[in-house]
Amino acid sequence: MNDDCNDGDDDADDDDDDDDDDDDDNCSLEGNYLNVNMSLSSKQKATVKDFFSKMSTRSDDIGAEALSRLVAVYPQTKSYFSHWKDASPGSAPVRKHGITIMGGVYDAVGKIDDLKGGLLSLSELHAFMLRVDPVNFKLLAHCMLVCMSMIFPEEFTPQVHVAVDKFLAQLALALAEKYR
Amino acid sequence: MVEWTDSERAIITSIFSNLDYEEIGRKSLCRCLIVYPWTQRYFGGFGNLYNAETILCNPLIAAHGTKILHGLDRALKNMDDIKNTYAELSLLHSDKLHVDPDNFRLLADCLTVVIAAKMGPAFTVETQVAWQKFLSVVVSALGRQYH
Repeated sequence: MNDDCNDGDDDADDDDDDDDDDDDDNCSLEGNYLNVNMSLSSKQKATVKDFFSKMSTRSDDIGAEALSRLVAVYPQTKSYFSHWKDASPGSAPVRKHGITIMGGVYDAVGKIDDLKGGLLSLSELHAFMLRVDPVNFKLLAHCMLVCMSMIFPEEFTPQVHVAVDKFLAQLALALAEKYR
Repeated sequence: MVEWTDSERAIITSIFSNLDYEEIGRKSLCRCLIVYPWTQRYFGGFGNLYNAETILCNPLIAAHGTKILHGLDRALKNMDDIKNTYAELSLLHSDKLHVDPDNFRLLADCLTVVIAAKMGPAFTVETQVAWQKFLSVVVSALGRQYH
């Protein structure tokens, strides 16, 4: 047997018995309409809020590192930063912008119940001005997950991972809402 | 042919030499099945995958995770010809196992997250670049024989 079976890592789920948790369905009743997509269950929203709260002391580091890793691992993403003198990993503009982006992500956590509505103006910015190909949101999300895993190896359990990954995917969808 | 710098070779070799194949293999496959539940479609004969906890305790999954990591080992030992090293395995995944090759990418991402957790700050930017380059070559090779 392995450690994970008697695991303290899963203490976020200790009070929640997955066996009878209806919220893990892909369908959820939000107000008067049915969301049949990969939207977050209430438990997952709580998991996201909880983890982001734990992460808050290191959020700047994670944002800066994540963007640095994006431009390093996926060099084509530097194409969006040609206006910077230095778009290399760890450079000042990259770190600063990573922190800005992370700030936006934290803002989105606060709007987790209505990402599309809450991120309307950011979506317009990305659609009409920035025009970042949405595939890059996935790449940045991956880099953020890697940084979260590095800095919070115990807390970033598979259950937290799936909730945060879903949240970042929903965030990306909301950002791309106005694209076409 | 893929070009590897001495630094990249050293980084990849170092990661593998410090790897606990059982631990990392198990954790990566479990994480993949939990984070991307549709990947469970390929594990019908592997017993109880009902929820995260049962997946994490499943010995068949653990064993398979180890097997996958040892499979990756072959790429390490043949870094200059990963394409041909995996030709047969690619055909196997295509013709017998019928695995959508996008799943290789999903598992690779989970493996990266697990290794990042294990290595912490030692998983530097340079390390991640080399590691993901290695995995992308592996993923590409595994998908190459699909027809």
